[in-house]
Amino acid sequence: MKYVNSSVRGFLRMKKFTFLLAFMTCTWSFAMANDSIMGHDTEQSGHDGTHENSNHADEGLTTANMSVTILHHISDAHEWHFFSIGETHVSLPLPVILYSEEYGLDVFMSGNLDHHTHTYKNYKEEHGHILLLDDQGNPVLREHEIWEGRNFVGTEMKKVYPMDFSITKNVASMLLAFVAMLLIFISVAKAYKKRPDQAPRGLQSFMEPLILFVRDDIAKPNMGHHYLRFTPYLLSLFFFIWINNLLGLLPGAANVTGNIAFTMVLALLSLIITNINGNKSYWQHIFWPPGIPFLVKLILIPVEVISIFSKPFALMIRLFANMTAGHIIIMSILSLIFLFAENGTNVGAGFGVSLASVPFAIFLYVLELLVAAIQAFIFTMLTALFIGQAMPAEHH
Amino acid sequence: MLLQTILLEVVKYGPIGAGIGAGLVALGVGLGIGKIGGSAVEAIARQPEAVGDIRTTAIILAAFIEGVALFGAVICFLAMGS
Repeated sequence: MKYVNSSVRGFLRMKKFTFLLAFMTCTWSFAMANDSIMGHDTEQSGHDGTHENSNHADEGLTTANMSVTILHHISDAHEWHFFSIGETHVSLPLPVILYSEEYGLDVFMSGNLDHHTHTYKNYKEEHGHILLLDDQGNPVLREHEIWEGRNFVGTEMKKVYPMDFSITKNVASMLLAFVAMLLIFISVAKAYKKRPDQAPRGLQSFMEPLILFVRDDIAKPNMGHHYLRFTPYLLSLFFFIWINNLLGLLPGAANVTGNIAFTMVLALLSLIITNINGNKSYWQHIFWPPGIPFLVKLILIPVEVISIFSKPFALMIRLFANMTAGHIIIMSILSLIFLFAENGTNVGAGFGVSLASVPFAIFLYVLELLVAAIQAFIFTMLTALFIGQAMPAEHH
Repeated sequence: MLLQTILLEVVKYGPIGAGIGAGLVALGVGLGIGKIGGSAVEAIARQPEAVGDIRTTAIILAAFIEGVALFGAVICFLAMGS
């Protein structure tokens, strides 16, 4: 009992705070600077004539605007929209922080953006991205060079997007998860300090099996004898991803882990931590694997080098795709109700379909709860595995 | 020739490819996870006291296979645009 308490106390030190802070700063600066993969494509591949559905739900859900509506629910936004009743939208305005060469740093609340034209001062919001406008109200254009391979083909004028550091919906939700984690873990740590040799009580007894699970089943088997050094990172990673996954399932919540920029930052952190702690043996196995015929080495070395990057890439895509796919499926099943009701004309069909659609959606929600925990576990376990592989015991 | 020109004009091949691709992905995943499920159940039948380990391993392997399936799904999604 004493052994358990003192080592658990060791983890719950403020190391976790610094890791969390590092997460937050990295993910914040990336979260809006690269938007989610969906938002970008619809913007640059041109408008398909469906962009008037940015004031969603004003005209009902039909087969024409279903995919746009669902993507809108998954994407990031500059205000936190909870629901609408008829014409009234219940939403929380969030600060918009922009920096551009032309106009410098600008901070304002997103409630200042006009509801119909989506403009404010020299900024206009379109599809979740903010454009620069000049004083006449036309988008500012900047020359971009067009290159085909290594040939300079010409220049074209493209719209200018200022650097966007806003507290968007995703960032606000991440901060919420951050605060939740601080509350939980600081109180558990204080409980261990206050009652050093007694049985855990309350929140402590809920968190202890989870923390010991990460330490004993994820960290120790994969990392051997220096598991203690990385366990705070793994704990932070595990609970951060799990809490963000769970928060994303609530209605009206932000889809944080389904944002590829967010998972990219987490995967980048894993990549950096793995390779900084690389052993001589690890690098030798990649660049000059011992005990392998020379011709095979020629093929194996490029494969090993690529695998340094492909492993975190797979981590990124796995988490992003699982969460986004889950949300899209649930929303599609529930949209079936509205599609069958054909915008209010066939309400009976809508009710009928809801008898099948709602139980199925509930089943999918329960599955999503399981997937939330599993994906957090898999991300953490693979990170532990990669870190452990980077520090193999010398056996030659 | 005439049919081909008509087809090229009217039909966007992106969504067709995406649909077929997603179907194939689902097929692959079904086969893969089905195999895992089969061997897991057989292993439990042979050695019922290892249920815990087998269950955890099966879930982990299923998550990996699902990850690959979702790579394919993401690519299908990207294909829908063009």
